Amino acid sequence: MSDPPPSPLLTLRGIGKSFLGVRVLGGVDLDVVPGEVHAVVGENGAGKSTLMKVVSGGYAPDEGTMEFAGVPRTFRGPRDAQRAGIGIVHQEFNLLPERSVAENVYLGHEPVRRGLVDRATMLGRTAELLASIGEGALPPGARVGDLGVARQQVVEIVKALALDARLLIMDEPTAALADHEVEQLYTLVRRLQRRGIGVLYVSHRIREVFDLASRITVLKDGRLVTTVDAGDVGAGQLVRHMVGRDLSSYYPGRAAPGESGAVRLAVRDGGNRTLRGVDLRLRAGEVLGVGGLQGSGRSALARALFGAVPFTTGEVTLDGAPVRLRSPRAAMRAGIAYVTEDRKGEGIVGGRSVLDNALLASRAVAPAWRGRGARTARIRELLAAVDVRAAGEDQEIRFLSGGNQQKVVLARWLALGPRVLLFDEPTRGIDVGAKSAIHDLVRRLARDGAAVLMISSELPELLGMSDRIIVMRDGRIAGELPAGATEENVLALALGTAPEAAR
Amino acid sequence: MRIAERRRLPVRPGRSRSGSLLPILAILVALLVALTLRQPDFLSPPSLMSFLGRSAPIILLAAGQYFVIVAGEFDLSVGSLVTAQVVVAARLIDSEPSRTWPVILLLLAFGAAVGLANGLITTRLRVPSFITTLGMYLILVGAVYLWSDGAPKGGLAEEFRRFGRRAFEDVPLLGRIPYALLVLLVVAGLAALLTRSDFGQTLVAVGGNPRTAELSGVRVRSVKTAAFVLSGLSAAVAAILIGGYSGVSFQAGAGLEFGAITAVVLGGVALGGGRGSVVGAMLGALTLETLFTLMNFYGVSGALRSTVQGAIILLALAVSSVRSVSR
Repeated sequence: MSDPPPSPLLTLRGIGKSFLGVRVLGGVDLDVVPGEVHAVVGENGAGKSTLMKVVSGGYAPDEGTMEFAGVPRTFRGPRDAQRAGIGIVHQEFNLLPERSVAENVYLGHEPVRRGLVDRATMLGRTAELLASIGEGALPPGARVGDLGVARQQVVEIVKALALDARLLIMDEPTAALADHEVEQLYTLVRRLQRRGIGVLYVSHRIREVFDLASRITVLKDGRLVTTVDAGDVGAGQLVRHMVGRDLSSYYPGRAAPGESGAVRLAVRDGGNRTLRGVDLRLRAGEVLGVGGLQGSGRSALARALFGAVPFTTGEVTLDGAPVRLRSPRAAMRAGIAYVTEDRKGEGIVGGRSVLDNALLASRAVAPAWRGRGARTARIRELLAAVDVRAAGEDQEIRFLSGGNQQKVVLARWLALGPRVLLFDEPTRGIDVGAKSAIHDLVRRLARDGAAVLMISSELPELLGMSDRIIVMRDGRIAGELPAGATEENVLALALGTAPEAAR
Repeated sequence: MRIAERRRLPVRPGRSRSGSLLPILAILVALLVALTLRQPDFLSPPSLMSFLGRSAPIILLAAGQYFVIVAGEFDLSVGSLVTAQVVVAARLIDSEPSRTWPVILLLLAFGAAVGLANGLITTRLRVPSFITTLGMYLILVGAVYLWSDGAPKGGLAEEFRRFGRRAFEDVPLLGRIPYALLVLLVVAGLAALLTRSDFGQTLVAVGGNPRTAELSGVRVRSVKTAAFVLSGLSAAVAAILIGGYSGVSFQAGAGLEFGAITAVVLGGVALGGGRGSVVGAMLGALTLETLFTLMNFYGVSGALRSTVQGAIILLALAVSSVRSVSR
């Protein structure tokens, strides 16, 4: 990659875009050369998605020029851009789960012979494409719905390749992947690179960006901050570019010795269909991190403690008294709150307002007619206290950013004054700035005396936030680590030493 | 800009606030204007009062159906429930005025029980409500035939019928106010209060995302069952008015379930749940009745009613899904 730079595949100069008079993008310059992975980073709302839509033909820019393969272009729509050789893999896939891999790959441009779809050719070409990116093991006749998320993503990529894409846009490609699948994606991206395909890689995971990209473009508030060579900057500097803050101030301080108090929640030999022999002590004032691979029982633990999928064996005590957590209501009555991993599917009611979402739990557990005004006033205070940013409390929550949605969910629980808070991937899909706000809130809650259990797949977050860490494997607690453990310690426990323990 | 400092959503051009009553009000006003052009005295108090009285049952049913639909379910059983109620009332009262009030209480209990059965079968046995209530519809039709040996027996006492066809006479300005209208106003007021209560708000959240609701401590199954009970109760009240107004027949409630669903959808309530207001649903019913009256005046065949209802449902769904895609 240190060869003299080849002529760029894509050149953007002074690109700008406004909606209803609001300028969401302005003055953006960007080049991608063949075989380059060029990362685009920025907080949510920085203009990444808009820029990607401009490049892929979804929006026509109001200002600036775009050249693709040396020719000035304005695309009339996504298909136009596709024909020109720009493919995009969205965060949410556009696949037909009931159809085969090959049918998905050639959807809309099936090879035809004598007026009929030529299935043999279609399967053959798909197999070739798959083999060319080292995914020959994936059968082209397989039903897409039967594939895991990682392999569905491969299908999306092959879909773009089938249209001879020379520039591939990948929008948060790892958001849906488990840790070990990310490595496979890396390999795939590097293969594409070797074929001379330019990759525009949108992500807010700093680590990935450094792992893959040779150049990084930082956007903030719709403007270009800078484009840097990945080798020239450190993670801290990059984050500073994105948010104007240092990485070192990224995690709030841990609990001081003595800050964590008595055992609040204790589980002895807890088990159910997915969990076995869980022994756990959670203290007031501490953040207990829970690590492990996806499917290791991390979420199952939180769900058992919240009564959503209760323990069927063992016993749980809360402040020393035995409790039976048979349903979410029972857990809530006992003072347990659960911030779910799947925010859209289980955390919010997208079509309801910010205020209604924040009131949901209070209304359910303590319905009231008189005193509603005072309750609403309290919720308003809480929404302000967690610093929710929205156009108004009556705005539908689905229009808020992930970080703000999460704060509303948090306000919902704080209204019940919980003694135990269970967080499942509290910052997934949340941009860097809001992420540290959530981290601060989590720590503040612990300082105020709550017992916090926090599940995280992001090792830096897990290590940075936790006072202690337990690591799950195969439905059991594989081990416990003190604050200051390393990523290697966590991974060793998560993967286990014996091969069968690593699944 | 913290939320505590700014509460109201700024007006965003080109996007009407969801759940707004403006579209349905606009349609209603347009239809009323068309109607007065054709029939200038339609808006005169006597004609308007009797129109509102006549429309009361479908508006009540729309209110009941609102609770079920906003929670993400359907109630197809209300039409045959109304028929069953009217036939049962006639046979039990058997023209004996003193039985009026006991029978009214019995009808309310009957409606609630049918709603309870619908709710329990849907939530506990996990039968989709479309199927549950379709089954209930068929069961009620058959049971009523069987119970009355194929022809309605007995008769409704005048005591009972007055709710559907009598009015306060000689009211200043308005002329006469049908009892049915008063019943409607009371029930509508209760329904509006209920939707503002925690139960009503929780119900909409259940329709919007049952998983989130469950994990926020909502007893989703009980809340949905309660919605079916409300629908059954509204059918009972509607049956009392319909029996009074048009008398006893096996056709008393025919097709009302589709009328109610059309009205609710027309009123801006999302099929599938999670969005809409009970006032919108009731305005939808009023609009539908206005439309039918208009069709009547223009000599359009009454046979087109169901075609119009079908078209409205399809159109409303198409509009709402186009809107949600463009967001």
